[in-house]
Amino acid sequence: MITKRIIPCLDVRDGQVVKGVKFQGVRAIADPVEMAKFYNETGADELVFYDITASFEGRRLFTDVLRAVASQVFIPLTVGGGINALEDFDRVLKCGADKVSVNSGAIRDPSLIARAAKRYGDQCVVLSMDIRRVDGRFRLFAKGGREDTGIDALEWARRGVESGAGELVVNSIDTDGVRGGFDLELLDAVAARCKVPIIASGGAGRREDFAELFRHEGMDAGLAAGIFHSKQLQIPELKAYLRAQGVEVRL
Amino acid sequence: MSMLAIIDYGVGNLFSLASSLKSLGVAHEIATRPEQLRSAGRIILPGVGAFADAANKLAESGMREALLEEARGGKPLLGICLGMQLLFDRSFEYGEHEGLGLIPGEVCPLAPDLPAGLKVPHIGWNRLEILRDDPLFRDFRSGEHVYYVHSYYARNCARHTLAVSDYGVPVTGVVRRGNVYGAQFHPEKSGDAGLRLLNAFASI
Repeated sequence: MITKRIIPCLDVRDGQVVKGVKFQGVRAIADPVEMAKFYNETGADELVFYDITASFEGRRLFTDVLRAVASQVFIPLTVGGGINALEDFDRVLKCGADKVSVNSGAIRDPSLIARAAKRYGDQCVVLSMDIRRVDGRFRLFAKGGREDTGIDALEWARRGVESGAGELVVNSIDTDGVRGGFDLELLDAVAARCKVPIIASGGAGRREDFAELFRHEGMDAGLAAGIFHSKQLQIPELKAYLRAQGVEVRL
Repeated sequence: MSMLAIIDYGVGNLFSLASSLKSLGVAHEIATRPEQLRSAGRIILPGVGAFADAANKLAESGMREALLEEARGGKPLLGICLGMQLLFDRSFEYGEHEGLGLIPGEVCPLAPDLPAGLKVPHIGWNRLEILRDDPLFRDFRSGEHVYYVHSYYARNCARHTLAVSDYGVPVTGVVRRGNVYGAQFHPEKSGDAGLRLLNAFASI
C-alpha cells in the first residue's frame, strides 16, 4: 500500500536555506544542496523548495540551486514561490522540478491552475494555501501569509481541485512555527471537501504530531522545516516510530 | 559500453532521467533523430502527460517507426511511466487510442477499479513486489519502495508482468516481453532503489 510521506521544506533566499517563525524573522542556516543530499540519504520522501526572493538576481540563484539539487538528488522535487505564469512553470520544470506549487499567483489569476493542469497534467500542479482563522472562519491569506484575501479557504481549495490541482498543501498560519501539532481541525475540513492528496503543513513539533496527523483520514503527507533543519527531529527516528505505530512508511 | 538513447519527442522534461544516468556513469544521449536510435545500444522511452498527445508526438517526431524496428530487432528498450503505457496495444484514456503493440495488454483508468477512499492519481511511494525474477532486479529486493504518479494502469498483461504494487488493486509495476521492458513508476525519482534498477537495465 502507498506510504505516508515525510517532506522537509527548504525556504531559499539568495541561494541559502532560511526558516522563519510565523513568517517573521528569517535567518540563513544552510546550503540547500548539502541539505537536500542529507535529507535524501536520511529517508525524506520528497523535498519542497520555496523561492522566497523576489529579485531577478535571487531568482537566477534559485534556479542554479534547483539545477544543482536535481542533478544529485533523485527523489521528487516540488518548487514554489514566484509562480505567476506558465513561463514560471516552464522555468522550474526545465531545471528539474517535478511538481510546481502555486499560491499567490493563483489568487491573482485563478485561471493559472487550469491552464497549467492542461499543459503539464494535474499531477504537476500543487495548490499551496496559507490559511488563518478570522471571525471563526478559515480565511485564505496571500503574500506569504501577510495579506487577508477575504476568500473562504475551504471554498478556494474545492475550486482549486475542480480546476485541476493534483495535490494541496494546507499551511495553517495559526499553528506555523509553534510546534504544538498540526491544525487538524482545518485539515479535516479540507479533506472532507477535496479528494486529492493533502500535504499538511504548519505546527509539527514532535514525532507524536505526525502519528496523530496520519490517524486522520485523507492525510497523505506531513511537511515541516524548522524541526528537521535543527535536527530536533530526525527522519529515520520519526519513520521508525511511525512504523511502530502502524503507519506505512518507506524506511 | 554502448550508448543509451533517451528519446526526446517533446513530452515531459528529461533532466532528471539524464542526470540519474550521468550519476551512474552510464553513457547516454538525448535522441531527437531516428538515426540515433539505430546506432544506440539500448533505448529509454520516457513520457508524462496524456496518452493520445504522446502517441501523436512520437509519430510526428519520426521516431515511432525507428523505435518499432529497433525493438523488434531485439534492442533492449525500457518505457517509463507514460512511455511504458505506450508499449501496449491500446489505451482508454479519453477515448480509445492505439499504442505501439510491443506488449499485449491495454491501459485503463484506475478510478473505476479502486475501492472507496483511495485517491487518483496514485501518487507516492509504494512497495514493488517481484512476481518473476529477472536480470532487471539483480540489485533490487522485492518489497522496496518506488515512486508512482499516474491515473491509468496496464491491464490484461499478466503473462508479461514481472512486478506489481498494491493500491487496492494490483497495479502493474514492471512488464517485460523479450527485450522490451516497461516500468509504470519513475526509477529516476525512486531514490537509490530506482538508480539500481536503471543501472541493471544499462547492463542487460
